[in-house]
Amino acid sequence: METAQETLTAPAATETVNVSGSVALLEALIAEGTDTIFGYPGGAIMPIYDALYDYNDKLNHILVRHEQGGIHAGQGYARTSGKVGVVFATSGPGATNLVTGLADAQIDSTPLVCITGQVFAHLLGTDAFQETDVINITTPVTKWNYQVTDATEIPEVIAKAFYIARSGRPGPVLIDITKNAQIQLFDFPGYQPCNHIRSYRPKPIVRPQYIQQAAELINSAQKPFILFGQGVILGSAEQEFKAFVEKSGIPAAWTILGAGAIPSDHPQNVGMLGMHGNYGPNVLTNECDVLIAIGMRFDDRVTGRLDKYAKQAKVIHLDIDPAEIDKNVKSTVPVWGDCKETLPMLTAAIEQKQHTEWLAKFNDYTRQEVEAVIHNELNPATEEMTMGEVIKHLNELTNGDAVIVTDVGQHQMVACRYAKFNKTRSNVTSGGLGTMGFALPAAIGAKFGAQDREVVAIIGDGGFQMTLQELGTVMQSGIDVKIIILNNRFLGMVRQWQELFNQRRYSFVDIQSPDFVTLASAYGIPGKSIDSRDDLPSALSEMLNNKGSYLLEVIVTKENNVFPMVPQGCSVSEIRLK
Amino acid sequence: MENNHKTNHKVSPAGGDLEGASKKEFNITIYTENQIGLLSRIAIIFTRRKINIDSLNTSPSEIDSIHRFNIVINEYEEVVRKLTRQIEKQVEVLKAYYHTNEDVIWQELALYKVSTDVIAEKVSVERLLRENGARAVVIRKDYTVFETTGHREETDNLINILQPYGLIEFVRSARVAIIKDSEGFNSKLREFERLEPGEEVIENEYLNQGQKVFTM
Ligand SMILES: Cc1ncc(C[n+]2csc(CCOP(=O)(O)OP(=O)(O)O)c2C)c(N)n1
Ligand SMILES: [Mg+2]
Repeated sequence: METAQETLTAPAATETVNVSGSVALLEALIAEGTDTIFGYPGGAIMPIYDALYDYNDKLNHILVRHEQGGIHAGQGYARTSGKVGVVFATSGPGATNLVTGLADAQIDSTPLVCITGQVFAHLLGTDAFQETDVINITTPVTKWNYQVTDATEIPEVIAKAFYIARSGRPGPVLIDITKNAQIQLFDFPGYQPCNHIRSYRPKPIVRPQYIQQAAELINSAQKPFILFGQGVILGSAEQEFKAFVEKSGIPAAWTILGAGAIPSDHPQNVGMLGMHGNYGPNVLTNECDVLIAIGMRFDDRVTGRLDKYAKQAKVIHLDIDPAEIDKNVKSTVPVWGDCKETLPMLTAAIEQKQHTEWLAKFNDYTRQEVEAVIHNELNPATEEMTMGEVIKHLNELTNGDAVIVTDVGQHQMVACRYAKFNKTRSNVTSGGLGTMGFALPAAIGAKFGAQDREVVAIIGDGGFQMTLQELGTVMQSGIDVKIIILNNRFLGMVRQWQELFNQRRYSFVDIQSPDFVTLASAYGIPGKSIDSRDDLPSALSEMLNNKGSYLLEVIVTKENNVFPMVPQGCSVSEIRLK
Repeated sequence: MENNHKTNHKVSPAGGDLEGASKKEFNITIYTENQIGLLSRIAIIFTRRKINIDSLNTSPSEIDSIHRFNIVINEYEEVVRKLTRQIEKQVEVLKAYYHTNEDVIWQELALYKVSTDVIAEKVSVERLLRENGARAVVIRKDYTVFETTGHREETDNLINILQPYGLIEFVRSARVAIIKDSEGFNSKLREFERLEPGEEVIENEYLNQGQKVFTM
């Protein structure tokens, strides 16, 4: 850590106290504003847990049931609170259990600081009990990682960890601390936050000439189209974004992680992009003349076939991460920078406009989609319930104010398509990695991150069984999360693909489930299972009115498909309505 | 979920349209902090995309405490540009550049072990060595080690020449390259150390299009 000296800008405190590495770690966390830790103890992290014993009043440690649950909870917490999620795990299996969550946080830019215990430094490389090479295992799935072998490094390294996790494009950081460093006493000089690392540029400098060029393109555009992603939320630029959208008069569509950055019912919010997104935004991507991408990364689930993606359009790309510019889609004007800074500059440089006719075109497509898909999904004529109608009723009861946490599969796409979001930081889902098992633990974290909000997890029968052990965490922490299982008795999304592309050869998608309500009751969580439409509104109300957690299983049609759909390898304009 | 629709379109592993482009050798120069684990962090950027590293050298740079990587790959420029950005994104990387062979002065060092008897007997060998700019590093009764420095073709050439005379052992170093148009890193580093570095440091290719140096 030769360079670390430069990172400290505040003058060094003169008085020191003699503390262990573990205490220094906890003091550092508190100094960084941490209030909640999701973790699981074990041999190599015991000194930290021993220190934690005395910090009960300052740090709320939530004992999870599996480290994957811990890290997803950390993600949920970060997503709703906007703060850095903190996770503890022991060495070896504890640390390797974090890998899925790290990969998820890395691809979805979620700020986390994970602390793993490690064997004594003198045992490194000896295949000691529960020793794994955590640094190398996690290198590709962390924004930064570092192994501490000496307690004196801890204050500086933790300061760096938080700074890196939350600045620029956020991401997960893992700090591996050997047991000797946790125990070692040293003179703690007091905590100094980090605000500069010479080799690290959190955000590129804003180039006024690009703002100018972008504004010129926007001002002369006939059919401009805004695509927005989580960058708007991560940059806390919702207000700036809304101002830009409203002054420009341009229709705006969202990636699933961008949902909620402006309210669902904003007149210029034209819907969701991508494979299961709305009809208009997909088709009209290939008709617009200027595409303005804001804090989104042109994931293949959004673009479909790249060589047939928006080829006619001039592309303006606003992103904080220079590596995203021109990665998938070549930009005409790259607006490097934090959109919190660039958006107001752009808003100031554009003319106030209305694109009434162009916006009407989106509404035309919406009408077609309603007729072909949405109406039947939300008001089915079938006896069996659809996923969509559950979301519709939920919207009516929550009025779009709840945090919706989804797992991965058909229910995720349906929930993202139909859930109403009035507020930012309301949609918590695993976007980039598509991690089944994400929702239940993420919902727990989401609630800790936004305690005054209603948190509703919407989970498939398959995904729920991947991390259902976290019902134990719900029980023990006494947290209030509402769990809806949309049970189609299938690994539905895979089944849909098998139906559409593998001639209905249903290969291992028929999944059986336990009695979820009994299971929940074993954890002391009340619940209900319904299969009749008549019971839906009252069951949802009962769930929402229940003080404390509740599990509602809704038996839905088995073989419903999510439409529209851009089949993989197809262009966005080849989107299918059936 | 796997692809059901095969496309024949030529797309680089790092994405992007490569129609019409061709691969060539690029020299990637990286200035980094001296940090354990950074080598692997950089290496996996290539391996993840199934790109072979032809040569990799790490050494101190002109600045104390700053390391310099020289990496050689054979790729499309589009791919190299994206790789360079991914490299520069790493927290402990100060700067990454890429250059074609024409933009750099480069050398590789090679050692050749041959039997001293053969050398002593065959005068022609000595002449060949001299013509190829090789020099003896060690001369022992049983073998002699020659060294030569140059471009790949030159060091390769000497292998071919020595092969008939019983080349016992051969090794070639990674490539080191000096950038022709670089003014070094000292002034850049001072900028990096400032809280608000000037534009020059966070330059990007769009602003440098007209210049001779490729830079991000
Ligand atoms: C950890 C993990 N394993 C496998 C998959 C592949 N996968 C994507 S969706 C899906 C089916 C999900 O089934 P379920 O949870 O019942 O949700 P549904 O699609 O039926 O709503 C599967 C297996 C995945 N996304 N994540
Ligand atoms: Mg299912």
